[in-house]
Amino acid sequence: MWQALRNELHPKGLEIVTVALDVDPDAARQWIEPVNPNHPTLIDSAHRVDELFGVINVPNSVWIDEDGMIVRPVEAAWPERAEQPDWQKMADSPDIPPEMRETLQLAKGIKVQAKEYTDALRDWVAKGKDSNFALSPEEVVARSGPRGEAEATAAAYFELGEYLYENGHRDLAPRHWREAHRLQPDNWTYKRQAWSLADPFQGPTQLYDSCWVNDVKKIGAENYYPPLDLTPARGK
Amino acid sequence: MILKSLEVDRKAFEARTEWAIKPEGACKGDVCVPLPPGASSASKLNAKMLSERLGMPLVQDADAKIWSLGPESLGGRALTTARAPELKLPDYKGKEFALSSLRGQKTLIVTWSSW
Repeated sequence: MWQALRNELHPKGLEIVTVALDVDPDAARQWIEPVNPNHPTLIDSAHRVDELFGVINVPNSVWIDEDGMIVRPVEAAWPERAEQPDWQKMADSPDIPPEMRETLQLAKGIKVQAKEYTDALRDWVAKGKDSNFALSPEEVVARSGPRGEAEATAAAYFELGEYLYENGHRDLAPRHWREAHRLQPDNWTYKRQAWSLADPFQGPTQLYDSCWVNDVKKIGAENYYPPLDLTPARGK
Repeated sequence: MILKSLEVDRKAFEARTEWAIKPEGACKGDVCVPLPPGASSASKLNAKMLSERLGMPLVQDADAKIWSLGPESLGGRALTTARAPELKLPDYKGKEFALSSLRGQKTLIVTWSSW
């Protein structure tokens, strides 16, 4: 998804690091290997980037400048695309099972701001600190998303569940993941990870009293990603 | 941070959380939080003390006898500082990659998943 943009912007001084949030690295690897990426392609089973940056969904991005300063905190991110993604074409196909059709049709209502995002990224790559989209350290912290006791506890429970899942206690993970979901309901990575390990189609299961379709319907697909805040940095 | 006991190795804690334990307390970015006397010279720190002082939730799986110490919630924001943390993760071939290796370039980190 990001390879074309990487090819365009790497000669201008940008590296793209993709981070797969799959607890099961083999699941991610089967998508990566055929692509043979030429940029860092990492696997973050413990969702460390949620804890470190405040990631709550995919795709979410962070911008870091040459000096190691974050200039844009977590936000939804999409590359501009020449054509409609495959899954959107599938949504209208007569051949898919009804449950999948409902999921894909619902997903069509998700608001994606690919052009605005990609234009902002190009602006930063061209102008660096002078870009309106590069924020001051104080603004970066202020715009970095909430982390009160509930969100921090959710991160603790997610990590506990993942550790148990990967160390011979798969049966002990769901109770901690349920707590993570309860404490930080707008963290979609914690939910989708748990759902997908219980059921690859992420339909309703007995383990979790939620599933993707129901949770998205509750908030409305158009609210799945918070709108981008591309207001210029203060003082610019 | 996964803990097998409530006595936390100080160096491991510092590496994992990027809080530096100094005579003035635990420090990260522009923030310093006082700690009990002796903390800065101790090789082990008490997880409950860290949890209280730094707003790091401490949760437990009683069956597996494992604790998890969550990130700090002191400032109410996901970031305590705009300085990028070190991030060390395996790449898809299993080789460790350090985010700090990209210093000198602009970096876009972006998440995805197969689900």
